[in-house]
Amino acid sequence: MTKKKSILSDQRVIVLLVILALVVIYMIFSKEFRQYSSILSMLDFSYYDVLMAIGVTFPLITAGVDLSIGTGMVCYALIAGRLIRDHNVPVVVAMLICILLGCIVGLVNGILIGVMGLPPFLATLCTCMITRGISSMIMATPWPTTKQPGGWFHSIFKLTFGTGRQATKIPIGFVLVVVLVLVMEFVLNHTKFGRYTIAIGSNKEAITLSGVNVKFYHVMDYVICGMFAGIAAIAYAAVVPTVQPGTGAGLELDAIGGVFVGGVSATGGYGSVLGTLAGVFVIVLLKTGLPYVGLQANWQQIITGAVLIGAVIIDVIKRRRLAKEQ
Amino acid sequence: MSEAILTMENIDKSFPGVHALDHVHFDVRSGEVHALMGENGAGKSTLMKVLTGIYSKDSGTITFEGREIEFHNTREAQDAGIVIVHQELNMVGDLTVAQNIFIGREFMKGFRIDDKKMIDESNKLFAELKIEIDPRAKMSDLTVGKQQMCEIAKAISHKAKVIIFDEPSAALTEKEIEDLFVIIRDLRAKGLAIVYISHRMDEIKVITDRVTVMRDGGYVGTLITSECSKEDIINMMVGRVIYEDPKTESHVPKDAPVVLKVEHLNAGRMVQDVSFELRKGEILGFSGLMGAGRTETARALFGADPKTSGDIYVNGQKVTINSPQDAVKHGIGYLSEDRKRYGIVVQKSITENSTMASLENYMNGAFINKAEEKKITEKYIKELATKTPSPDTLVVNLSGGNQQKVVIAKWLVRNCDILIFDEPTRGIDVGAKNEIYKLMNRLASEGKSIIMISSEMTEILRMSDRIVIMCEGKKTGELDISEATQEKIMDKATRDIA
Repeated sequence: MTKKKSILSDQRVIVLLVILALVVIYMIFSKEFRQYSSILSMLDFSYYDVLMAIGVTFPLITAGVDLSIGTGMVCYALIAGRLIRDHNVPVVVAMLICILLGCIVGLVNGILIGVMGLPPFLATLCTCMITRGISSMIMATPWPTTKQPGGWFHSIFKLTFGTGRQATKIPIGFVLVVVLVLVMEFVLNHTKFGRYTIAIGSNKEAITLSGVNVKFYHVMDYVICGMFAGIAAIAYAAVVPTVQPGTGAGLELDAIGGVFVGGVSATGGYGSVLGTLAGVFVIVLLKTGLPYVGLQANWQQIITGAVLIGAVIIDVIKRRRLAKEQ
Repeated sequence: MSEAILTMENIDKSFPGVHALDHVHFDVRSGEVHALMGENGAGKSTLMKVLTGIYSKDSGTITFEGREIEFHNTREAQDAGIVIVHQELNMVGDLTVAQNIFIGREFMKGFRIDDKKMIDESNKLFAELKIEIDPRAKMSDLTVGKQQMCEIAKAISHKAKVIIFDEPSAALTEKEIEDLFVIIRDLRAKGLAIVYISHRMDEIKVITDRVTVMRDGGYVGTLITSECSKEDIINMMVGRVIYEDPKTESHVPKDAPVVLKVEHLNAGRMVQDVSFELRKGEILGFSGLMGAGRTETARALFGADPKTSGDIYVNGQKVTINSPQDAVKHGIGYLSEDRKRYGIVVQKSITENSTMASLENYMNGAFINKAEEKKITEKYIKELATKTPSPDTLVVNLSGGNQQKVVIAKWLVRNCDILIFDEPTRGIDVGAKNEIYKLMNRLASEGKSIIMISSEMTEILRMSDRIVIMCEGKKTGELDISEATQEKIMDKATRDIA
């Protein structure tokens, strides 16, 4: 960093400003949005997006992608739900199974991509189809609701703590997600795994020739991604009344879009998990917030697309400027 | 002798920091095969790129068929009748032969591409060249030789008057070369002017009428092939003054132990039965012309490319090296000729690059110890005199010489005792070059052993204690620095008359 950079050159700052702007606009134009319960319910439906996005940040930084996280998430939730309902598996175990299944699918993706050399788009498209197929073989599954035995897991995401006036209560789910974001941001910046993840996206040949076991780290990126899809499955089951097969497709695109809005380079080699969190919130605000100001759901898609184009253009301009410096 | 169809006079071209062409003269006549020779970097390719409009010249004149011309791109040159057949063939493998020949100027029938006409026209071309190729065949199914014939057919189809062959024989078998020569003679008989760029002395003697030699971007002279010997040409190619002091004797003590021994290394066509030894504190130069297989040998040794056979001994112990990881484990570091692609991660900091090969030594449990990391980086910035405002500076902001120092630091941090420098001063300006040389000499005197691949004769003679010479994938000689001369090296680096 030889030159001083303006604070605006950090995409995360821009994204934060966008979030603030959206919130202010919503607050001005919608009475309901000003109620705390609206914000809570919006948050409820953001957790699984954020969790998927944390995971998929890693493949995206390596200039890869994981399309299987959305359908995978629903598939894991269905399998675990069936185990609870039909086989009396304790909820804790079912939750661990979700995470384990995510890791396994991630491992398959990782081996296909990192070891066998398949293009990430193709490999994960296949696992996306497979998990969707498995889902449709399983019937809709209600996980235990809050009042049923075993329904406590909802509280991880839905309960708020704090006393006194409602506005001071903070949802546990939000805290959990923020903690995970901070942990993974730390992992990205302070561990070998993180360092090599960025290097794979930046110049894979150079670190291979430095004697790094690139295959291992490349596979691990997809395992981590799958693991977060597994955690997202728990969050998903906690907020939707019934997990339906056939849902989930397309959810991964919200997460992936959010990661790009959050500043991960479209060609890999740069990214931050904090940025991902902010980026996904932009998407969530657009997804759940626009109806409050009277815009139809169709608009939400169009505006989200436009925002994404803006984010990628910023990335392209940034890279072009760097190329010029070279 | 007829008049020259094409004359290039006083062509001058500079790139930042390099005087690539210094008032070069070159001409070629109709019905002649004219060889253009010179060492790597002598300026042959640059001259041809100026001719065909890829580069613009700074000064000088090009006269073609009596008129002064200047092309702005290869398309214009093609339309005028000047065509290059490149060493690396520019063919689309998945298209058919006919589709490739007429790519970009397809015959149309309304909105449809007229494939039939393209096939007919291709057949006519092949008949003219007296070769048999099915225009419907997929390009990737043909041998390299046949693909080259297609390139030539494509050139003819442009109504070429001048065809430039850029090392056409490099990838061909003996038989294919003979076929190529038949065609070239045929084209000559038809009155085409042919420029033939090659390193192969025997071919020059067989196929060309005149030879023009270039050296260091300058014009040396033109000879009539039948009136000169191989030695004459070599003397013209190398006859430069060595302005930096060459080493006159080896600096390696007589009893220095062998740290690396490579026996009968084989890896594809480019590495055939290569054996050599490297001693402690030695700088072993690898000399040879472009495509001699030196980089390929290094990459196979380092485990970056698969090898078919061969034994490697490090400090007397036989070792297995199947990946760069293995090589690094045995203390071998490789500094690629293409730094930006293989050596460094340009968008990352000096610190991150310096510890890239040895991160496990800078860990605090699961976490990177950034303070330690910075300390070791600062140490090597100081030791190697890397010019940078801070260890956090992105490598992309450093000059070529300083980037090279970061790569060196990476291997020194890793404690590698055997360093392979592949073209260590490529893309580095003169001042920084000297610094890199001093650094390499210092490393050697401190007991590191260095393999230095270099295409620059002066560099080889200035730095090496001993020189291995390769030609076309084989080791063709080994010289102690006390007996090495440019002529001897060049003689071994060019293929002998079979």
